Amino acid sequence: MSGPSTYQPQNAFLKWFEARLPIGGLIYSSFVAYPTPKNLNYWWTFGAILSFMLGVQIVTGIVLVMHYTPHADMAFNSVEHIMRDVNYGWLLRYLHSNGASMFFIAVYIHMFRGLYYGSYKEPREVLWILGVIIYLLMMATGFLGYTLPWGQMSFWGATVITNFFSAIPLVGESVVTWLWGGFAVGNPTLQRFFSLHYLLPFVIAGVVVLHVWALHVVGQNNPAGIDPKSGQDTVPFTPHATLKDGFMVAAFCLLFAWFVFYVPNYLGHADNYIPANPAVTPQHIVPEWYYLPFYAILRAIPNKLAGVIALFASIIVLAFLPWLDTSRVKSATYRPLYKQFFWVFVLVCLGLGYLGSQPPEGGFVIAARILTAYYFLHFLIILPLLGLIETPKPLPNSISESVLKKSGPISAVAIALIVGAAACLAMPSFAYAQGEHDAPKPPRNKWSFAGGFGKFDQAQLQRGFKVYKEVCQTCHGLGLLSFRNLADPGGPGFTPAQAAAIAAEYKVQDGPNDQGEMFERDGRTGDRFPPPTTWKNEQQARQLYNGTVPPDMSVLAKARSYERGFPLFLVDALPFFQYQEHGVDYIVALLKGYKNPPPGFQLPAGGNYNEYFPSHSIAMPPPLTDGRVDYTDGSPATVDQYAKDVAAFLMWAAEPHLEARKRIGFQVMIFLLVLTGLMYFTKKKVWADVH
Amino acid sequence: MNPDASTIAAGAPIEIDLGPIPEGQVIKVFWRSKPIFISHRTKKEIEEAQKVDVKTLPDPQPDSARVKEGHDQWLVVIGICTHLGCIPIAHQGNYDGWFCPCHGSQYDTSGRIRQGPAPANLALPPYKFVSDTKIQIG
Repeated sequence: MSGPSTYQPQNAFLKWFEARLPIGGLIYSSFVAYPTPKNLNYWWTFGAILSFMLGVQIVTGIVLVMHYTPHADMAFNSVEHIMRDVNYGWLLRYLHSNGASMFFIAVYIHMFRGLYYGSYKEPREVLWILGVIIYLLMMATGFLGYTLPWGQMSFWGATVITNFFSAIPLVGESVVTWLWGGFAVGNPTLQRFFSLHYLLPFVIAGVVVLHVWALHVVGQNNPAGIDPKSGQDTVPFTPHATLKDGFMVAAFCLLFAWFVFYVPNYLGHADNYIPANPAVTPQHIVPEWYYLPFYAILRAIPNKLAGVIALFASIIVLAFLPWLDTSRVKSATYRPLYKQFFWVFVLVCLGLGYLGSQPPEGGFVIAARILTAYYFLHFLIILPLLGLIETPKPLPNSISESVLKKSGPISAVAIALIVGAAACLAMPSFAYAQGEHDAPKPPRNKWSFAGGFGKFDQAQLQRGFKVYKEVCQTCHGLGLLSFRNLADPGGPGFTPAQAAAIAAEYKVQDGPNDQGEMFERDGRTGDRFPPPTTWKNEQQARQLYNGTVPPDMSVLAKARSYERGFPLFLVDALPFFQYQEHGVDYIVALLKGYKNPPPGFQLPAGGNYNEYFPSHSIAMPPPLTDGRVDYTDGSPATVDQYAKDVAAFLMWAAEPHLEARKRIGFQVMIFLLVLTGLMYFTKKKVWADVH
Repeated sequence: MNPDASTIAAGAPIEIDLGPIPEGQVIKVFWRSKPIFISHRTKKEIEEAQKVDVKTLPDPQPDSARVKEGHDQWLVVIGICTHLGCIPIAHQGNYDGWFCPCHGSQYDTSGRIRQGPAPANLALPPYKFVSDTKIQIG
């Protein structure tokens, strides 16, 4: 199995076909016989991981589109419909939304690997530029996709990003109107973004083909940065690279599955579970974590046009890298100075990512300016100069020689650790519940549904529902839930008959009947919870409730969160330490947080002082009092107990498939662990004769 | 991809009755899906807006150029931050005007940019006084 071989089909039909369209030969020479340098380390497997992730995103995306409605009035609810009603819809959506993050984790590792080993240098300039184009397309696709759920962050993210173009002199405003298809971000914007979000992944796939083609023309770079000189230096792609890639894809899936099944909302923003509202900007707008370094660069520059130019320049500069780096030695292994500057650059990028997640105030702005300056300095001054002044170490004569000298590839464990650490470090802070800094942190409660094997406490959910029905329901809707959900598995455990009886207690508007009249009838299990009876529309609610609208409670437990701050938010994502109950804890704290205002606090008219509410002045009067709801199961009828029960109920209402998610997650993790282990040992066996 | 006919038609002029807006209050109306702030300014706010040395402003414009003559108490501006399009919050910030929560731009009682990354003053929509208590926007 050494040296390239050619594809010679034995089967008569294949021979006939091959003579007319030599696709078999192309596949064979590209993915079977194709010689790969034998010293490639695990960092070289991220190309395969990226191809896999592109496939995952396209497949899950196509199925999601079958259930999604791209309309400003319906998009938010159709995403919730996917989460609740579509078979395994929650899985598809979490795969797709977390898949985007995994895609970016992989692409950043892939890019930094290219930077470290000089993979952009002659003769791989075109290959590298194609990569930069793919990265730009990915950023565009990610942004377009993030607007589709039409939550608050979707809407305002779209507003902020499209406004970049208003910085263009003279024609800026017209360009933005053209992008929006209206006078502001609205339904026409959503529809065109949806169209483009469906188109771009296929454009990416096309450029990926060019990228791979260019790769196969010039051959892979390798950790030694020297060309293979003989068959001794290479191994055939299959089975060597195939199995190595396969092992790493399986290992990467472990990370992916962890996020999907156990911390699916960790990488998102709580605010995006609030439907888009063109009249209110969230307090703290941050993009998805993968754009944070560029966002920090944008905000570091006090001039609007210059900020936007710097943002785009920071990406475009990568395309000029092959000519900015003047060193003829590729691999940082043999460039003692560059190696140090490379790691400084990595830290600068992570630092910019952190600053991008912080409010643009005081010290953060100054730090962002320093790091932004360094970012450009690295490319425009340091790299050109380094090549001239650095004395590289002597290069090995051949790849085989470099392999003999080295101790072996970095262990998979180390890679997994670094991937995990990189993922965590690049993480944004949670979006604030309301963005104020002075509210105390809600205390943590014990929840039966927390942790990897968490399950809802059915009795608690039933009590929580009772509290909702007798107290909250007066003002707060539960519009995304149907009565039938009360009898769903993994829920409060009502029998279908009980759910039907509960439904019958409600009046639902129906019609028109044969006479053309609307009429009221008793609810059925298929009906959704009717809206509150105390207010008919937003304006009336604002009249009644001191200028605010009582929010719908269907996804409230996911829409409310609070800032845990650095470094605790890193711990929240880790296995065995994961903490995903910020929203429920906040609800409990809020319900119990009514107090007399401290001396000196100016309570606005109609406000109620609440310690945990971000501005401390909440329109809702204390809703719960001891003994207000009768419990029949002997649980204490106290505010404390009510608050916990109703919060647990709201968690179920927001995430009705939580139990299934954790159960399936366990099965998937076990499967992936076994698969990764098997792949590892198979790979080891195949590679045994190479090392 | 420019706005279609129905979107443009929905952007026709609208009339707003100023009567019910008490002094010191800012209301928000929507025109062409853009929030329009209508501020009934107090004496103090008008004074603050008028006494600023125009030359020191990032986007120099006297208060008289931002209101209609004889209607000093009414400031009508498009409520979209000129930085990246967020909606500023009224009666916040160091200048008694508006504060943008996104990137910290601050506007004064005349809607002029005073601090932060925004390059320009809050834009003025086309409007005219139909009577003393009624304006037409658009």
